Amino acid sequence: MASLVGSRVERKEDKRFLTGKGRYTSDINIVNQTYAIFIRSPHARAKIKKIDTSKASKAPGVVDILTGEHIAKDKIGGLIAGWAIRSEDGSEMKCPANPPLAKDNVNFVGDPIAVVFAETLDEAKAAAELVKVDYKILKAVTSLADTMKSETIHEGIDKNMCYDWLLGDRQKVKEAFDKADKIIKLDITNNRLIPNAMEPRACVVDYNTASEEITCYTTSQNPHLSRLIMSAFGGVTPENKLRVVAPDVGGGFGSKINLYNEEIVCSWAAKKIERPIKWVAERTESFLTDTHGRDHITHAELAVTNDGKFLGFKNETIANLGAYARVFGTVTPTYLFGPCATGVYVMPAAYTNVKAVYTNTAPVDAYRGAGRPEATYTIERIVDKAAIELGMDPIEIRMKNFPTEFPFKQTLVHQVDSGDYVGGLNKAKEMSDYDGFATRKKESESKGKLRGIGVTTYFEACGIAPSPVVMMLGCGVGLWESAEVRFNPTGQVTVYTGSHSHGQSHETTFAQIAADELGVPIENIDVVHGDTDKGTFGMGTYGSRSLAVGGIAIVNACKKIVTKGKKIAAKMLEASEEDVEFKDGEFVVSKSNKKKTIGEVAFASYLPGVRDEVKSPLPEGEEPGLVESSFFDPANFSFPAGSHICEVEIDPETGEVKLDKYTAVDDFGTIVNPLIVEGQVHGGLAQGIGQALYENAQYDQTGQLITASYMDYTMPRADNFPEFNIGYTCTKATTNPLGVKGCGEAGTIAATPTVMNAVINALGGREISLPATAEKVWKACKENKKSKAEAA
Amino acid sequence: MKKVSLEINGKKVTKEIPDHITLSSFLRDTLNLTGTHIGCDTSQCGACVVHVDGKSIKSCTALAADLEGSKITTIEGLAKNGKMHPMQEAFKKTHGLQCGFCTPGMIMSAVDLLKSKKNPSDTEIRDWLEGNICRCTGYQNIVAAVKEAASKMKS
Repeated sequence: MASLVGSRVERKEDKRFLTGKGRYTSDINIVNQTYAIFIRSPHARAKIKKIDTSKASKAPGVVDILTGEHIAKDKIGGLIAGWAIRSEDGSEMKCPANPPLAKDNVNFVGDPIAVVFAETLDEAKAAAELVKVDYKILKAVTSLADTMKSETIHEGIDKNMCYDWLLGDRQKVKEAFDKADKIIKLDITNNRLIPNAMEPRACVVDYNTASEEITCYTTSQNPHLSRLIMSAFGGVTPENKLRVVAPDVGGGFGSKINLYNEEIVCSWAAKKIERPIKWVAERTESFLTDTHGRDHITHAELAVTNDGKFLGFKNETIANLGAYARVFGTVTPTYLFGPCATGVYVMPAAYTNVKAVYTNTAPVDAYRGAGRPEATYTIERIVDKAAIELGMDPIEIRMKNFPTEFPFKQTLVHQVDSGDYVGGLNKAKEMSDYDGFATRKKESESKGKLRGIGVTTYFEACGIAPSPVVMMLGCGVGLWESAEVRFNPTGQVTVYTGSHSHGQSHETTFAQIAADELGVPIENIDVVHGDTDKGTFGMGTYGSRSLAVGGIAIVNACKKIVTKGKKIAAKMLEASEEDVEFKDGEFVVSKSNKKKTIGEVAFASYLPGVRDEVKSPLPEGEEPGLVESSFFDPANFSFPAGSHICEVEIDPETGEVKLDKYTAVDDFGTIVNPLIVEGQVHGGLAQGIGQALYENAQYDQTGQLITASYMDYTMPRADNFPEFNIGYTCTKATTNPLGVKGCGEAGTIAATPTVMNAVINALGGREISLPATAEKVWKACKENKKSKAEAA
Repeated sequence: MKKVSLEINGKKVTKEIPDHITLSSFLRDTLNLTGTHIGCDTSQCGACVVHVDGKSIKSCTALAADLEGSKITTIEGLAKNGKMHPMQEAFKKTHGLQCGFCTPGMIMSAVDLLKSKKNPSDTEIRDWLEGNICRCTGYQNIVAAVKEAASKMKS
């Protein structure tokens, strides 16, 4: 039987999506449901003096109106930061309370303070207009650079600082810098982005008055975690009385990791009003209240020798957490960022210092890549700057500083198990026709255009592990993953995973893995995920962890099935267990033609009575059935890496940047399904390029989000991209039996610096900030022209 | 409120429709045709594209009560006798969808493109789909799907 791992298997989940039969949260309706509209702060920072619901509560169709007072009275807990980060001085991080409905203070535009439930959506909206809120408006803190000198937003949190964290050795860095021929300095802003999954957030909650069970359908990347937080921290109801279902979810990109205010409020309220509740965010609500991404200000320095060897690196970053610290909010700019700060290079000394601060803006949390794009952007930009200042080729300077042996002990934390950075860059160089750039540049120039080339080499750390280490670093949970594999008596297989697919294609790739392990046709394997009532507790999908952690749990559960199956088959075949081999779905007695298929064994396992010549297929002590589960906790992260090269053409008259060529060569270890992986790379690239050229979340001085619709926030569209040129190298991960590494975030991590390096290259080395919009580029071209004229 | 008769996916529908209800809401909330998605509130995302009298429109921009006598096709009406439309097949073959949320609108737009352009170039496909936002795919496999469908529909 041919192996399915490695094959371009078309997706099992596609048909329902293609025929309009996907079932997203907002497609769900429950008889007798009410509609929720949240009343949100229009101010970035204010005290709530009074909420008057008297008129609204008499409006037609209103069922109930609940506020922060009700939340407090019922002792419903708030949202939490999932990681406790310590400052350099050993002190604990400082996090404000984040109640599901604000009672006293609001801290960003969109912060919910009350909710109206009504018979129809229109009635709920009309009544919400009648809720009168008396605010005392306070001065908003919105400038990241000035946050620490601004008024204190949250009582008791000095300088608005959550923590001042250090990773690395300042003294060693100082010594390295003292020996340097040259110090390259770079000040950059990694701009704020809004993840913008195409499906707006939503929840539909049902309360069963007989069983007292709450069922919350929601747009989540990790329903089990949402249930845990809602139960343990929210105190909504015990976990056994709470079912969280994340059905088809229309993209996440990190923004659906968090449990949000609306899910807690609707779950709590459904029980209170004894009616089902439906809430669906409008797009502007998503813009205002989904967790945002990035938003760093960084000063970096790279110490180099004159011949381009790196000696030391420092990264001083101020990271914006927004108004509150959320699940991955505190770890994204620390352990997901700091350890990757030195990139793919041998760096004798380094440190990362991050001051994470609160502002009156939407909470910032993980967004595709989470910390690693910010780290990679900084190092890849400064390495290019070093190449410019030293008069070196950007490939040459990178090659000079790559590790050549693996495992590679990276400067700050990671022990990178495998990789081939030299091979990857050489392949990218060839695929992109790097050497032909000069000719193409001339051609562009002959048309009055500028042309630039950009290179990035990156590694990333995904599938955060192992749990004992992450918990030691401050994580509130273990980051293993669970799987359960169930054989039905008639031979089909159901695989339950604690991961969640919201576009990642697990129903196909996980089935491929199980098909190979069990020798069962993929058509007979169903993958079930996203429902806390189906399958074991799981940790969900983010950080490119699903395959390298969740997929391996499936492998291990399958292996247990085979182990038990072998015992049963041996009994059935009257052979000793040692003589039975399992291959391609059959248990075969060696040197004989005696065999049983795994389907026959599964059937027999459920019928442990007298059957044919065998008294019972079950060896003594074995339980009936063929169901196994596994919790996999990897020994280490997985470390994908790659080299990306792109070319841009700029029209100096308009400032328009045309992305002309993009080559990505990535090392994801073993590739389970090339069709899916290509899709992940393409999508990742689009988001990284989006940050480089188009996307920017902008608050004004008063804390109003002025990019809160698709009219204002530039989403990349089909005509913004060339056809991407994708290639791979492969060094297998040594920390899991499939040799797989994560692939979901790589494109986003690498693309932003690749494109910016190309734009800056085209602009003759002139620094430009993210995103390189036509306006900024046009101004840079004018400045360049002016300086040239002055020099002449 | 207005009594309106229209044909949806080949079936006659007559309903009393409030004046302010958009076609997208009417399809989803009244007819339970939830394959038409709503991804924004500014007619930018294209997740709600359907065909009205054979032409693709963003169904959030039309009032259902204005569509007396119209023939509407939604994503649910594209497959015939249990067989997917070549465009749907092509999206599957080329992995032109991931989370699937933008997909119905994307497919309805693409099907309309092939009505006027039997053999569109990459640029023409990308230009045409400019009104449909996809956050997952980076569009490359969507472009491949449209080309695949075009070639299948010619033969």
